[in-house]
Amino acid sequence: MYEVDSMSERKQANDTRLRREIKMGDLDPDFKREIREVPGIEKIKLCFQCGTCTADCPIARFSEIYSPRKIMRMTQLGMKKKLLSSESLWLCAACFTCVDHCPQGVDIAAVVRALRNMAVKEGIIPDVFKELTDNILKTGYAYRIPELRLKKRVEKGLPPLPKANLEDVSKLFDATAVSKAKMEKR
Amino acid sequence: MAELKYLLFLGCVIPYRITGYEISARKVLERLGVELVEMPEFNCCGLPIDSVDHDAMLLLAARNLCLAEQQNLNILTLCPGCAGTLRKVNRSLQEDKKLKERVNGHLKEIGMEFQGGKIAVKHLIQALIEDVGIEKVKDAVVKPLTRLKVAEHNGCHILRPAKYVGFDDPENPVLLKQLIEATGAECLDYMYETDCCGAPVIGVNDKIPLYLAGDKLRNIKAVDAQALITVCPFCHMMFDINQPRIERLLSEQFGIPVLHYPQLLGLAMGLTPKELAIDELRVDATKLLDAT
Repeated sequence: MYEVDSMSERKQANDTRLRREIKMGDLDPDFKREIREVPGIEKIKLCFQCGTCTADCPIARFSEIYSPRKIMRMTQLGMKKKLLSSESLWLCAACFTCVDHCPQGVDIAAVVRALRNMAVKEGIIPDVFKELTDNILKTGYAYRIPELRLKKRVEKGLPPLPKANLEDVSKLFDATAVSKAKMEKR
Repeated sequence: MAELKYLLFLGCVIPYRITGYEISARKVLERLGVELVEMPEFNCCGLPIDSVDHDAMLLLAARNLCLAEQQNLNILTLCPGCAGTLRKVNRSLQEDKKLKERVNGHLKEIGMEFQGGKIAVKHLIQALIEDVGIEKVKDAVVKPLTRLKVAEHNGCHILRPAKYVGFDDPENPVLLKQLIEATGAECLDYMYETDCCGAPVIGVNDKIPLYLAGDKLRNIKAVDAQALITVCPFCHMMFDINQPRIERLLSEQFGIPVLHYPQLLGLAMGLTPKELAIDELRVDATKLLDAT
């Protein structure tokens, strides 16, 4: 196996594997209800831990810590704190193989996405996502396209890029939980 | 006179780094009599921030769909990520009345309203298969690439989740293969063909995607493919721009040129490598061009 995961998470994963213990005090019994309120992921309750998701996951082939099966079980058990602070939550590539293969019809990628949305609300967000959000807010595009490249477009005979309506983007963002102010503060 | 007309949704990655895809796609579509109308305004499709806030994604996508509805034109995207997102939201908003109502409540603030059922969203290869038609693509080939053996990589969001975006069989995709074979080239099968390239994870963990893409490159090399053909700017970035990095990490040599599908089709149409921006590729394609 390649060494691709962070040492601390690998150690944690190994420790849990050895001890196989879950502290009742760490569980949030309301969590499964809380997350089931997010539209589209109600079927999480049907997961019976067959492991098809992890078996077919291209990321899990290379990571020791990433296991969608485990994320589903932890969600069912209400291990909210551990889930939301886990690095592995951000390793899903959203290829949707698990969604197509799940025999119980659980939209696994949507569960992972809902967990990420919850982590963001708790202030946990990888830098790359902060940057993408900030770029969209300031330019309309997810990446900062340098002036030079805009000039080169013209030289190559490409039409100018469509302009963003930043006022509209800002208004739409205000309507969501992740407001402009919250993103910039961090 | 153009028979087919679309609103071109370029996305963010293509103008940021992958202009060769845009240049070649525009040339090829022009030859096929497809007219592209530029977006009057643009914002990201929403996919990159779905992980941050699902509602923010929905609203960004819905705004783009509204712009297309106003123009009464179907959207054509070159990026599977944009296609997948816009298709999924277009469909969810039509099927889920409550969601549509909620989204429209926010869109009202910017003077827009999603109607639904008016327009479709198509990725380039879907438009080529469903609207242009494979026969017309074949007819446009003047210089069949019969000496070429290549492999394909679809890009996840063209195939999955099947219930929202799939127009091909996600377990055994054939449409891109048919389009490749229309150029006269042979399209080879290889191990783990439908696996993700890993690109979306690169900002969080830079090793996993490189190993994953490296694994695919190794499997592609194992079947002696002379090139890899992609239809996604993100996948292309992984396999082309990152190929030297993957080679260093794995201490292996691949040297597999990665062409955007319209570059391959363009060559078969008799366009020059320069016109198709093939000189902009990171991995040298000279040997491949000698075989065309």
